[in-house]
Amino acid sequence: MTSQNPTETSGKTQWDNLILPSTPNLHKVETYISHGGYEAFKKALEMKPEEVTDEVKKSNLRGRGGACFPTGLKWTFMPKQTTKAKYLCVNGDESEPGTFKDRQIFEFNPHLLIEGTLIACYAMGIPTAYIYIRGEYAKWIKMMELALADAYGKGFVGEKILGKEFSCNIYIHKGAGAYICGEESALMNSIEGERGYPRVKPPFPAQYGLWGCPTTINNVETISNVPIIIKNGWEWYSKIGAPKHPGPILVGVSGHVNKPGVYEMPTGIPILEIIHRWAGGVPGDKGIKAVIPGGSSTMVLRGDQLEGVKMDADSMKAAGSAVGTAGLIVMDEDTDLIKVLTRLAKFYYHESCGQCTPCREGTGWLWKVLKRFEKHEARMQDIDLLMDIANNIEGNTICALGDAAAWPIQAMIRRFRDEFEKRVVHAQAGTPESVAV
Amino acid sequence: MLNESNKQKLEELRKRYPTSQALVLPVLWMVQEQEGYISEDAMKYVAAILNVSYGHILGVVTFYTMFHSKPLGSHHIEVCTNVSCMLRGCDKIVEHLENKLGITFGETSKDKKWTLSEAECLGSCGTAPMLAIADEYYESLTPQKVDEILERLRP
Ligand SMILES: Cc1cc2nc3c(=O)[nH]c(=O)nc-3n(C[C@H](O)[C@H](O)[C@H](O)COP(=O)(O)O)c2cc1C
Ligand code: SF4
Ligand code: FES
Repeated sequence: MTSQNPTETSGKTQWDNLILPSTPNLHKVETYISHGGYEAFKKALEMKPEEVTDEVKKSNLRGRGGACFPTGLKWTFMPKQTTKAKYLCVNGDESEPGTFKDRQIFEFNPHLLIEGTLIACYAMGIPTAYIYIRGEYAKWIKMMELALADAYGKGFVGEKILGKEFSCNIYIHKGAGAYICGEESALMNSIEGERGYPRVKPPFPAQYGLWGCPTTINNVETISNVPIIIKNGWEWYSKIGAPKHPGPILVGVSGHVNKPGVYEMPTGIPILEIIHRWAGGVPGDKGIKAVIPGGSSTMVLRGDQLEGVKMDADSMKAAGSAVGTAGLIVMDEDTDLIKVLTRLAKFYYHESCGQCTPCREGTGWLWKVLKRFEKHEARMQDIDLLMDIANNIEGNTICALGDAAAWPIQAMIRRFRDEFEKRVVHAQAGTPESVAV
Repeated sequence: MLNESNKQKLEELRKRYPTSQALVLPVLWMVQEQEGYISEDAMKYVAAILNVSYGHILGVVTFYTMFHSKPLGSHHIEVCTNVSCMLRGCDKIVEHLENKLGITFGETSKDKKWTLSEAECLGSCGTAPMLAIADEYYESLTPQKVDEILERLRP
């Protein structure tokens, strides 16, 4: 299940992993150091902090947490002069269905994440970072804690690091089971010991974040790209993959493929190549009915419209979806898409924090109406009803969970209306057809 | 309520956060790991040592799905039924577990040995279907593998 280096198949993009190299025992600090680990951090310490930020900005690194936001730009939002404390939160909540990539970093390259955290903190003048990890990842939290203790032991983390003026502490904060805590403002509330309620924005975290102080939130994989940029320079990095969304990306492939798993590749690889060459194709050589390209919140794409669609922000946008977390869920021709969508609706209903009426009520309604389709009990007008409910949630809520609940439904109706209509017809004819998942 | 080693741990943790309220999650975790669940008395205790209201603690405990205010069976089996697991046949795993244990989602067996829960995506989509028991993940499941797991846990 770990990321393999897929050079063995001919005709496939040649690629040597940068985030998850195949080096044995890389999780151990000695191994990491002997393979050039913490050199990027030392290099950064010789630069001015703003030069480090500039390097990340020019590299065009974009966030891997879902929104593809330019990382360097985000860092410039942090005030340089402030009397308040400053914080970095590294987001390892990883709870978006279909997403299982950050876990690989915790397990196989924890020091890359620690090194990236240190460089980010140095660039923004931050003395304290919290790595927030979902509670279910208890095993991986322990691995991170061991790695962190070793990094402290080697003097890379703590006070006056490597004899310099720069001090930085990194702490791991364990979540307790709530998808919404991956939303950045809910994550901060969770660290503060509150329920994971998202905050109204503005104010944005760079002004008023953790305990009201300037705060930056970045995904685990985003931060893990930083040492690679500093080590090799922005020019080198920005030439990897898609020019406007460059770099290595961890693509988690799940569902109907022969070799599910996390694969590291440059951005911009065609979806069909990922499915067939990396993930070994669809079992039984079946056709692809649909894919959810980037975690459950991204819009479903039709299998017959995947030609030319690539795993990068522009290509995905043009195709009418998004890279999201690059959690690619593949569904073969026999998949019951209504069942899939009903399960997702249940998820969003369950995970809604309940603060906003359109999200709290709307997600419940979506699930209820979809269950009618699942049971072949729906009426034709229920299709429009679903669309109406989704449209009423979208854009009318405090956080993006509302949108994330609406988008899959809107896309499924637009792209697979026939699947809904079939359920209505059968309901009326009274002959439910069983469809395999 | 907190044992000596946890009390020491708490003092260490205090240095990591500027407020004592930030220790709510870490301390609730300690209590749950120690006691198996978080009782009303435990919540009152946590409220007192962290100087926050009981209502706040109650709100937090009920908000997060991993905190339990009632005791569970000795083995808490959580099966992911989200989409990636569904596509890889989690229904069969669930059915098998229900038959074997004689309970369904949300139930605890009469002998208090097993609690079965439905889980959302646990980040094992590439090794689906899967289940989690305590801190351990069991992946790429088949009914036979499930039997082996249950056998090993049956004391
Ligand atoms: C409901 C919801 C859940 C989210 N879950 C995660 C998550 O688990 N991990 C993550 O990195 N970002 C998650 N995000 C996105 C974060 O809010 C934030 O944009 C991200 O951590 C920023 O990091 P990046 O710029 O490095 O991508 C979530 C957003 C929403 C609305
Ligand atoms: S959109 Fe939903 S999850 Fe987000 S704050 Fe509102 S109710 Fe909570
Ligand atoms: S969907 Fe089951 S672990 Fe992700």
